[in-house]
Amino acid sequence: MSTSAQSSPAWPNLGDMSRPSKEVRLSVEQVSYAYSANPSQAPLFTLEANSFQARPGEIVVILGPNASGKSTLLKLIAGALEPLSGRVLLDGFVTHTLTPRARAQRIAMVQQESPLLFPSRAWEFVLQGRHPYGRSLRFENENDVIIARNALAQVGADHLSDRWMSEISGGEKQRVILARALSQQPLLLLLDEPTLHLDIGAQVDLLVTLRRLAAENRYTVVIVTHELNLAGEYADQVVLLQKGKSLRVGPPASVFQRDLLEQVFQTSLTIEQGPRGRPRVHVLPAT
Amino acid sequence: MRPLTFQRLLLQCSILAVVLFAVVVVALKLGAVPVSLYGLGRDLFSLLLHQTSQLSSDYGMIVIEIRLPRILLGIVVGASLAVAGTSFQALLRNPLADPYVLGVSSGAALGAILALIAEPHLALPAWLAALFTPLAAFLGAAATIAGVYLLGRREGQIDSGTLLLAGIISASFLSAIIMFLLTTLTGRDFRGMAFWLMGDLSTSLQSSLRWVLGVGFLLATGAIYTTAADLNLLLAGEKEAMHLGVDVRRVRLVVYIAASILTGLAVSVSGAIGYVGLLVPHVMRLLFGSDHRILIPTAAFGGAIAVVIADTLARTVVAPSELPVGAMTALVGAPLFIYLLRRRIA
Repeated sequence: MSTSAQSSPAWPNLGDMSRPSKEVRLSVEQVSYAYSANPSQAPLFTLEANSFQARPGEIVVILGPNASGKSTLLKLIAGALEPLSGRVLLDGFVTHTLTPRARAQRIAMVQQESPLLFPSRAWEFVLQGRHPYGRSLRFENENDVIIARNALAQVGADHLSDRWMSEISGGEKQRVILARALSQQPLLLLLDEPTLHLDIGAQVDLLVTLRRLAAENRYTVVIVTHELNLAGEYADQVVLLQKGKSLRVGPPASVFQRDLLEQVFQTSLTIEQGPRGRPRVHVLPAT
Repeated sequence: MRPLTFQRLLLQCSILAVVLFAVVVVALKLGAVPVSLYGLGRDLFSLLLHQTSQLSSDYGMIVIEIRLPRILLGIVVGASLAVAGTSFQALLRNPLADPYVLGVSSGAALGAILALIAEPHLALPAWLAALFTPLAAFLGAAATIAGVYLLGRREGQIDSGTLLLAGIISASFLSAIIMFLLTTLTGRDFRGMAFWLMGDLSTSLQSSLRWVLGVGFLLATGAIYTTAADLNLLLAGEKEAMHLGVDVRRVRLVVYIAASILTGLAVSVSGAIGYVGLLVPHVMRLLFGSDHRILIPTAAFGGAIAVVIADTLARTVVAPSELPVGAMTALVGAPLFIYLLRRRIA
């Protein structure tokens, strides 16, 4: 699109002066996408130009109702889809032009899990994260084992190492999947609806873990979710999407405006300040 | 944590090599004409020293010129089918996939028969004549798996049940075409062809075809083995594999072509031997785990062992008459297939 050559409008005045450009790790620049089942027909779904930037250690939450384009935006960031216009830069590399191997060394994706065909132990699963670093036949070496062990320890799952993946709980499985992503030693950690099948305790637990990992390992974390309060509590930046449009980008306090959220999520709600100054949303019962 | 090492791979393959050797010795000894172990050892030794003139007796001739080539053929065919089955199971993410069940063997057989029909009418140069039948079988296999794959998709996803049904129906359709071709052909040895269709290792091969078979097997298996680590991740789903650095399109193409070559080669020399590609990988998974870096070589050994045992039984249970080896593998394989299917549903 015509605007793709211009500088990113989400941060119009934060040019080279106010923030050293080195610090920006992920830069989403006017990225758009159109999906159609048949190329000759009008697109079924359009994601309009989207821009934001993120630094190491930051958590960005992409928030929006169903079919708002959250997962599409995440795939564009991951480089799994080629944008219609614009580009995603990760440390200066355009993500969708990287080879799968180079991409997997920089970007780790935690998805809603697909069923395993044959039984696998948690440690085998975590070692898979070392795949992008292996040589031709890819026998893992001691270094890989150490990294996998550390990854399990970092998510508090060392005790699960020898368990079968099919025999552990949803929350435990999510930790092991996260450990596999960590063993990729990524710069960018992407999570697609990571709290979907977790109970509330496990949800908070996961976000606290992500907060800690982002700070300790200097990951840039991008999370797709529709859990308003998790976003409000743990995000540094929120990207609010509705029907493929980016409505607002910024810190939770600026995005969590009552009339805006009510319009996006089509429900009555109130917003109050939590103890840490974070916005907290209460959905009001329909009358 | 106990990650796979090269030493462990080597150890497990050596164990299987020893088992295979023992099976081969027994297979050489057993048959319509009994041979003593001592005579067998002496004959094999003189063969190794290229002193064929000193072969002890007629028995020696039977062992060296009839049984040994047949066993070697069984080894290559069994290994090819098992590696092809392992590959199809990973590629299609379906533990019940196998060249025979998916109709790929029937497609290869149809290709081979069309080549046999066409060959006398084409003045082929000698080098091409040896390649012609295996090549046609490969094309038949590749076309069938592509068709079954397309038929087995629903809304862009492979549906496991639809895929198996598409395979079984393709197999029966292709078999009907084969029957039609065979009955309308005059002057052909129909009984020999029917025997071959059931899977048969008794045909003696021209030496050029032996070379094609051996080299083709090594190249195709080697190509599949280079993707072994990728196949482990592909089993978790194509999207996940991609995010872990697998070049999904390249792996799919390599495995698809190589597995079709293996099926085409095996079928063009031995007909459609069923269930080896399905069951051997499962047994090897139970014994050695489901990591493809170990599964592919162990399945190759396991397939060789299974086919040599099955062919020895086929030669001996109704001696001096013979069964097609495919009948033998189906007798054991079909009930096991049902068992696996039931266990998977439960």
